[in-house]
Amino acid sequence: MSDTQLDADVTVNAVGSSCPGPMMDLIGKAKHVDPGTVIRLQSSNEGTEPDVAEWAEKSGNELIEVVDRDGHWDLYVRVND
Amino acid sequence: MTERVVIVGGGTAGSVLSNNLADEVAAEIDAGDVEVFLVNDSEEHVYKPTWLYVPFGEKTPDDAKRPLDDLINRRVDLVIDRVSGVDTDAETVSFDGRRADLAYDHLVLAMGAQVTPEATPGLAEGGHHFYGPEATAELREALAEFTEGHLVMSVIGVPHMCPVAPLEFPLMADTWLRERGLREDVDITYTYPINRAHGIESVAEWAGPLMEARDIAVETFFNPERVDPDDQVVHTVEGRELSYDLLVSIPPHDGSDIVRDAGLGDDGWVDVDPATLEATDAENVYALGDIADLPTSKAGSAAHYAATSLADRLASVVRGERPTAEYDGKTVCFIESGDDEATYIAFDYEAEPTPKPPSKLIHWSKLGYNQSYWLTARGVL
Repeated sequence: MSDTQLDADVTVNAVGSSCPGPMMDLIGKAKHVDPGTVIRLQSSNEGTEPDVAEWAEKSGNELIEVVDRDGHWDLYVRVND
Repeated sequence: MTERVVIVGGGTAGSVLSNNLADEVAAEIDAGDVEVFLVNDSEEHVYKPTWLYVPFGEKTPDDAKRPLDDLINRRVDLVIDRVSGVDTDAETVSFDGRRADLAYDHLVLAMGAQVTPEATPGLAEGGHHFYGPEATAELREALAEFTEGHLVMSVIGVPHMCPVAPLEFPLMADTWLRERGLREDVDITYTYPINRAHGIESVAEWAGPLMEARDIAVETFFNPERVDPDDQVVHTVEGRELSYDLLVSIPPHDGSDIVRDAGLGDDGWVDVDPATLEATDAENVYALGDIADLPTSKAGSAAHYAATSLADRLASVVRGERPTAEYDGKTVCFIESGDDEATYIAFDYEAEPTPKPPSKLIHWSKLGYNQSYWLTARGVL
């Protein structure tokens, strides 16, 4: 997948961060946004997608799309109640 | 014309840099061609790893302190004052008090990290930590009174100072409680924000079985969003609850408003080139130690090694030479694992560490290093 119709409410740029930086940046943001917010997490770490997918499942949030950009990925996460 | 280097922060990074740089450019300082200023908000230098030993009665908060004046090269101008701001256009540093702004040709930010337990509701009231002289002394008293119940060590803030401290505390507590015959009456739980026991994968693989062998429960994907100090319950983003009788946390950490206000890093950490330590958003500004947003751990050793390479680099710059020294992310951390044993990890930007089996020799080496650290601060070791 290389493009998306999704609009993010918030973007977290963690490009260049090593693990677990991107995950922690996402979780830190998720603590402070309203339910329904879509966060775009930008990460260049290939371990981020499986980690975020697992965390989203356990936490009741939703990894709704991953877009492969040039040099990084955009991970769209909807924060639920 | 005199080249002036201003270093803000007299912790490990700032002290090692000041001493190494003053040593390297001693002749230029004596000739009046270079000035090195070190600015710190206290007359004391603090060796923070000492705080881990305080709750177990092995050190006191005073053991962590030495007068900066005793540690810093006489060629360095030591300024005791609190910096209130940095103007990267005017190339000046301003102060809280009446002191006039200090102009710089080269500025190094090394103010360290702050702990902000108040960022998690209820945490300051309901939990303890060991990141400060008062906090670790209070934890010592709480631990001394603790004879039964549930001890929870919860990692809330990532990144945090000292990457392995969260592992060391429960392992040392396990030994401490066993030695007092209390371990059977105490459950210990360790929590971590992601899906393993530590951010560094090889360290997580090493720590997991060790925690299991010591009967320390490990909870992962555990991200506290608030603490109820009355009911003594931790509530997480993931919707979980964990009751505790004694809560010890790695609190949230923060960089500095000075960094945000100067436009050097939105999150309070200075955005830098990982090799040259030059700030991304300003000329003639560098950062190292915990305040720098580097892809390595916030560890004293990282500050130490970065400071030695930046001293080489700045020495070249003030002499008008092309700087070639670069920091490769080298970091070395001892890991106390209880039972008078320890191991260590060494890594850099490219290489993951491989923890060795813990031994008494490494534990005693760590205790020895705690003493010889003062040579490190002086730029000798």
